[in-house]
Amino acid sequence: MTVKELATKLDLHFLCGEEQADRPVTGCYCGDLLSWVMSRAKEGDAWLTVMGNINSVGVAVLADIACIVLTENAPFDLPALERARQNRVVVLQAQKNTYEIAAAIANLFG
Amino acid sequence: MSILKLHYDIDGSDFTRAGEASGKVKRVLKKLGLDAEAIRNVSIAMYEGEINMVIHAGGGEIDVEISSELVTIVLTDHGPGIEDVSLAMKEGYSTATDNIRSLGFGAGMGLPNIKKYANEVAIDTKVGVGTTITIKIYVPDCSAEL
Ligand SMILES: Nc1ncnc2c1ncn2[C@@H]1O[C@H](COP(=O)(O)OP(=O)(O)OP(=O)(O)O)[C@@H](O)[C@H]1O
Ligand SMILES: [Mg+2]
Repeated sequence: MTVKELATKLDLHFLCGEEQADRPVTGCYCGDLLSWVMSRAKEGDAWLTVMGNINSVGVAVLADIACIVLTENAPFDLPALERARQNRVVVLQAQKNTYEIAAAIANLFG
Repeated sequence: MSILKLHYDIDGSDFTRAGEASGKVKRVLKKLGLDAEAIRNVSIAMYEGEINMVIHAGGGEIDVEISSELVTIVLTDHGPGIEDVSLAMKEGYSTATDNIRSLGFGAGMGLPNIKKYANEVAIDTKVGVGTTITIKIYVPDCSAEL
């Protein structure tokens, strides 16, 4: 599944990184504590979080995350957006909460 | 065999730049074609050290040495030092303030992550003087041409 397919199926909207929409998504990880995510999330995961600051982008880059999904329309601040654009990180926003999105992703992978 | 040396000054007052040096090193290692797992290990270990330097020690310096067998990362700061290193190494132990926690830090997982992803870690610290952390990550037989 690509980021684009994920976005379409789960009704997520792009905050940035649309040009990277062909990136494959191979798994999912949920969490808001950065050091936790850093070591546990796997390459290619969609990362579900409400932590929308510049440090989230750093983690996404270093952990080779496929896309950040901000659940419950959690805000993504401007410095974070600029850094995400520079580093070609895909950032999506979801209206639903982390549980609902994770369950939907599990279904897609099912 | 040649060795590539990189040096970074880490600004302790600018949270928005924390992690940049680690991102740069990661790009260099990718260009060199280093083993993917070694790159991940370096990225995680260096990131945690870099962030700690910013949130706990007011910044510092990082020196990275890359050879075809080994990546060595030396993080030096002149912050408060660590009083009890074995306590600091425990998962969940953190002295991060609420303000820092609201940014997503303070799980008390940084030093344990370094230990987990590095092949060797040495922490040399003195209260009131500073901390030097030396991290070594072995690179498996690879085609990197330096
Ligand atoms: N460079 C440093 N200088 C002074 N104290 C440090 C330094 N690095 C770590 N510490 C101390 O060790 C504790 C544990 O560090 P660790 O990185 O494991 O957790 P954390 O930084 O508090 O949270 P996290 O890394 O999960 O965001 C810190 O809370 C701090 O008290
Ligand atoms: Mg830390």
